Amino acid sequence: MTATLSALVPIVVDPVPWARAQMAFTLAFHIILVPLGVSWAFMTLIANYRGLRRNDRDALVLAQRWSKYMAVTFAVGAVTGTVLSFEFGLLWPRFMGRWGEAFGVPFAFEGLFFFTEAIFIAVYIFGWRRLKPWAHFWTGVPIVLAGIFGSISVVAANAWMNAPSGFTLDSNGNVVQVDPMQVIFNDSMPWQAAHMVVAAYLVGGFLIASVYAVGMLRGRRDRYHYLGVVIAFSVASVATPIQIGIGDGLARWVYENQPVKFAAIELVPTTSSDVPETLLGHLNEDGQVTGGVPIPGLASWLSDPSTGKETVVKGLDSVPADQRPTIRQTNIVHLAWDVMVGLGSLLFLLAIWYALSWIFRRRMPQSRWFLRAAAVAGVAAVITMEAGWVVTEVGRQPWIVYNHMKVEDAVTANTGVWITFFAVVILYALVGTTTILVLRGMSRRFREAGGLTELDTPYGPTALATVSAKAEEAEG
Amino acid sequence: MSTVVAVVLLLAVVAYAVFGGADFGAGFWDLIAGGPERGEHPRDTIEHSIGPVWEANHVWLIFVFVILWTSFPEAYASITLTLFVPLTIAALGIVLRGASFAFRKGVVTVGSRRIFGAAFAASSVLVPYCMGAIAGGIASGRVPAGGKAGDPVQSWINLTSVVGGVLAVAAVGYLAAVYLVWDARRLGDGEMVEYFRRRAVVAAGLVGIIGFIGIFVLRADAPYLFSGLTSRGLPAVILGILCGVGALVLLVRNAHRGARVLAIVAVASVIVSWGVAQWPYVLPESLTFAAAASPTGSLTAVLVVVGLAAVIVVPGFAMLYVLHQRGLLPDEGVEDQPAVARTTG
Repeated sequence: MTATLSALVPIVVDPVPWARAQMAFTLAFHIILVPLGVSWAFMTLIANYRGLRRNDRDALVLAQRWSKYMAVTFAVGAVTGTVLSFEFGLLWPRFMGRWGEAFGVPFAFEGLFFFTEAIFIAVYIFGWRRLKPWAHFWTGVPIVLAGIFGSISVVAANAWMNAPSGFTLDSNGNVVQVDPMQVIFNDSMPWQAAHMVVAAYLVGGFLIASVYAVGMLRGRRDRYHYLGVVIAFSVASVATPIQIGIGDGLARWVYENQPVKFAAIELVPTTSSDVPETLLGHLNEDGQVTGGVPIPGLASWLSDPSTGKETVVKGLDSVPADQRPTIRQTNIVHLAWDVMVGLGSLLFLLAIWYALSWIFRRRMPQSRWFLRAAAVAGVAAVITMEAGWVVTEVGRQPWIVYNHMKVEDAVTANTGVWITFFAVVILYALVGTTTILVLRGMSRRFREAGGLTELDTPYGPTALATVSAKAEEAEG
Repeated sequence: MSTVVAVVLLLAVVAYAVFGGADFGAGFWDLIAGGPERGEHPRDTIEHSIGPVWEANHVWLIFVFVILWTSFPEAYASITLTLFVPLTIAALGIVLRGASFAFRKGVVTVGSRRIFGAAFAASSVLVPYCMGAIAGGIASGRVPAGGKAGDPVQSWINLTSVVGGVLAVAAVGYLAAVYLVWDARRLGDGEMVEYFRRRAVVAAGLVGIIGFIGIFVLRADAPYLFSGLTSRGLPAVILGILCGVGALVLLVRNAHRGARVLAIVAVASVIVSWGVAQWPYVLPESLTFAAAASPTGSLTAVLVVVGLAAVIVVPGFAMLYVLHQRGLLPDEGVEDQPAVARTTG
């Protein structure tokens, strides 16, 4: 039977690049939904709190609508997350077979938090009308906590791939003893987990603020849109400087513990001191740096300010060629790094603009230029996060478990992965497009809510929202 | 210790079948409910009943995977290598189903609702079939030990897998129909009570017939499982048959509350009997649970999570269920229905 199948498929396709592409694609898709799952509930609760505490109807309507949108993004996140748990086995069975007993431990805890999140999100979304207002508010709090601890658990597993610890191997290289605490709290985990959780708040904040900034640019300068921008943008603005601090610490951790990844980030072919920070540029086929703008000594100085330019940075040549990223991978890592730092810095400037306006004028910036920048910031934040994730994943190559197992030794033997790759891309493209269309449709219907019957909109506004929209109409 | 984790794994599979299975089964009734007009009423009932609860149920499957790969990684590697195709179909089906259900609630026009509805319903049948076929492939000893791939085709296209797949579809359909009878009664909708009651009876009969055929198939195709079912698994098999027949009798007599409990126990018994019958093997006749087990540290971590789940998740899940049953989590747009339930129930 197998023979007939391979006769049908004339070329046996190497599964490695396809498995990597599929994993990268599904993770890149899922990671966009993560900030919404983690931080949107927090922003919704801010609006909910304000609505209840100050009897602010606009804030309450905002919280309600956000919770309805969250139902859609959470559902898509839940299924794309479930797919990832299939893919660990389908794409990387030999990795799971050998390391599952260690790598799997953080996921056991993640399952716990995801379950809690799913339960309370259902209660919160559907509890608007019949639960007491404050009781309903409190059912939202576990969503926020479970989101934070859930993402910490997942990132702990990824951090373990970068800093594997908490296990003992026998002479054949099999895992014979596991210390779960050491697996979860591996050396890379505190930095990576903090970086991802804060990223979730940063990206979620900028992304949601951008939607309402677009609304304001289109002339919907009502209090509802104003609140949408202020709540989300404030969260993002607080997160941005914190994120830069954590990122700096994480980079130094990588310098000390994953020198080859650091060499790829900073484009350092040979070990030396006085290493320049090269903006853009790339390695050519001979492995030499070409192009770009070198800032003399800065990479050395940033790596360890106490020794300044004298700091020695290990180069790619510090390990044999089969234990470091290829030249192409190095260039991807370096470019992704530049994108992350560059866009992150621009977002930081935007946050400062916003903060200064609050400090000196006691209100958010009113100019169209700020709104335009805020509108772009949403997509920019997503790109920044994706770039950061590329740095950490591609920078680890060729290892799947750093210094213990290579990607090529982990992959499935199934040569049909290229087919599932295309199936997944097509399906996800449809799901992604439809998610956006459905969210837009919901938004349009919320806006037209004045003339709408409840039966049309399962996830639509409740009586209160309808009343408020009518009130808005009457005022306008 | 590996025995305890194996029991937990079996319980997680039971929970997925009983809770998640009902969601899939509801999709099956949605699929065969007929054209947009004829099928509108039952579809509304279905949508209302699985509204708030459905998202939580993927977690059971994730738990099954996590327990398997953390506690018995070698078995997980063998299963995913061998049963690549049905697992992939199931994964894609879950995406299609979950997304289209959420989308169907987000769109208004009849046309787009029908497209999402069809995708939702079709994948609701495909996924349990694949799951049943996977179970059949494992139970009939077609997955080899050692993190190696078995036959990529015959491991899931074989008689035991076909019986497993069809049985899974029939069983989740049966469960869902019994739940829907209960929901319709809670909503005071007599027409739908009768509608789903008739379907529950038919589905129960089908499960019985497939089970009967399955006995002969297993004797020929999966002798180890067959001998297990007729010896150490026999009490669970008998319990399943008794509860199944009992539920049928109660359904015919309109005693829905008891029917629901018996239906759940019947389906749970079938799965428990599978687990007991293939004991002590995780992959029959090639890999035992004890041999596949991870080091003690990993198993301890899994059991700690199970303990935490009992403390955190079970009360939360119970709260969600109770709030839902009391109509405190109304789906938007069904304002009137719980009110009816209050006056009649």
